[in-house]
Amino acid sequence: MEQHGAIRRKEETAGWLFATPVILGWVIFVAGPVLVTLALSLTDYTVGGTPRLVGLGNYRGFFQSADPSFFASVRATALYGVLSVPACIAVSFFLALLLNTRIRARGLFRAALFLPVIIPLAASSVIWMWLFQPDFGVVNFVIRALGLHGPQWLASERTVVPTMVLMNVWLTGNSIVIFLAALQGVPRHLYEALEVDGGNALHKLVYITLPMVSPTIFFMVITGFINALQAFVQPAIMTSDAYHFGGPGNSSLLYVLFIYREAFRFSKLGGASAAAVLLFVVIAVLTWTFFKMSRSLVYYEGGERT
Amino acid sequence: MSGQTSARRPRRRGRAGWFVYPPLALLAAVFLFPFYWMVKTSLVDLGSIFEPTPSLVPKHPSFANYVTALTMFPFGRFFLNSLIIAALTVLGTLLTASMCAFSFSRLRWRWRNRVFSVVLTGMMLPFFVVMIPQFIMWRNLHLTNGFTPLIAPAWFGGGVFNIFLLRQFFLGIPRDLDEAAVMDGAGYTRVFFQIILPLSKPALIVVGLLTFLASWNDYLAPLIFITTEDKYTLMLGLNMFLGSYAAQWNYLMAATCAIVVPSLIIFLVAQKYLMEGIAMTGIKG
Repeated sequence: MEQHGAIRRKEETAGWLFATPVILGWVIFVAGPVLVTLALSLTDYTVGGTPRLVGLGNYRGFFQSADPSFFASVRATALYGVLSVPACIAVSFFLALLLNTRIRARGLFRAALFLPVIIPLAASSVIWMWLFQPDFGVVNFVIRALGLHGPQWLASERTVVPTMVLMNVWLTGNSIVIFLAALQGVPRHLYEALEVDGGNALHKLVYITLPMVSPTIFFMVITGFINALQAFVQPAIMTSDAYHFGGPGNSSLLYVLFIYREAFRFSKLGGASAAAVLLFVVIAVLTWTFFKMSRSLVYYEGGERT
Repeated sequence: MSGQTSARRPRRRGRAGWFVYPPLALLAAVFLFPFYWMVKTSLVDLGSIFEPTPSLVPKHPSFANYVTALTMFPFGRFFLNSLIIAALTVLGTLLTASMCAFSFSRLRWRWRNRVFSVVLTGMMLPFFVVMIPQFIMWRNLHLTNGFTPLIAPAWFGGGVFNIFLLRQFFLGIPRDLDEAAVMDGAGYTRVFFQIILPLSKPALIVVGLLTFLASWNDYLAPLIFITTEDKYTLMLGLNMFLGSYAAQWNYLMAATCAIVVPSLIIFLVAQKYLMEGIAMTGIKG
């Protein structure tokens, strides 16, 4: 019994010791910085300077549109998310349905569709700049060959964000793999039952497949929006140079690029922190809302709603 | 967790008609085309790029662009920098994330669950929320323009998400194994290194791969922390190249192609683990 107590004490110590890295990491890289960001958002602070308290001045500045690029950035980010999330989910779901049939060379098709995801986003952004180059890019060449006049893609305020969204559709490999796993988890007997009752393929899709994978779709919507709100690499590579960010104009100044520019190019650490806090609140609210909505919209097998 | 997925694999595959192939083949071709076009462009000279009618295959393919592109900037240095950063990030993550996962899954201590749920709050935390304070911290420590800011977080738990994944895996390992070892007088360090880790290879491989790719592909953090060329990662080097050789697409595509190759190799070698890892991260949604 005494030996047992000694083991318990040893285990208690070991538990703390083994968890030490993440406890320290949480303090140094998570909790500490979050508090500092909150505090900095209430100050005027440049790199190397001393913070000066301005209260809610930074926040007020954004909404009184002291800086028009803030609203431009909000608009660009909203457009990006609203276009990208449904497009990516629709395409990846469609592709997963195709892949989930009894076909030959399934692994090969899946690999081809997944491949773009593995490539560094910075590199694939450069590839897309070339493909969609207005004058000599292959995409506009094909469009010209069809007798049409191709758009300016990344070079026009109207098409720059949709072009990035098109690129995201090419990057849906992750979603395809996740959808495929979900589709394979749908119990076979449900389809068999429907077949017995004379249901066709469309019935299967609407009455079985969609409800059964709705938790996955729901998960994709949440993570899709959270990721879209944080997109950075595409505009940083494709539509920025040393002096301009998210062009043409501010039409692709996605929000995190705006934060980056404020903080590290304009040295406005206080304002950038306030912008970061705003986006963080939006992401938190979105997550919360989606989870609330999930209770009524999503079917979870077994009726357990988590 | 992966055991769980393979256990419920009475997979359904509908009867496929021939009509599935044309759209799939077409889409697969469309998805792969950018890679083909990259390679093709990298093999032609500048003149062929500005032809009004580009040819589908290069007329006089040559590797000259690669020689020019890769010697114009110290790409060897960039490659080495990226490799060092990614390797140390993976090492730190594998060691500390599995340590913490071990503590949260196999050891009983008083505040364990409370601490775990507090730590979990870091899981969804976006980098942009913490990047400014982190930058200030590293700057005050005079450690910016070095690899430390990029590597250090990996050595402090290596991301809560990885801990979460490994913990799930560890929970599936039978308890008797380590309890017997402890009764026989083995220390927890030995249990961890000699029982738990060897049994967790598949999960460690998945975490290692995803961590490597995330570090290798990262753009924002290096952009913030690194300022001089000798410390550049490959992605920063590519962007610098883009700035200097805009419109010289033959060189740009040669450089891009060279950057893409390592990722391609990883994909070909480890495809199975990557897919598993991604399915794993999606399932718990």
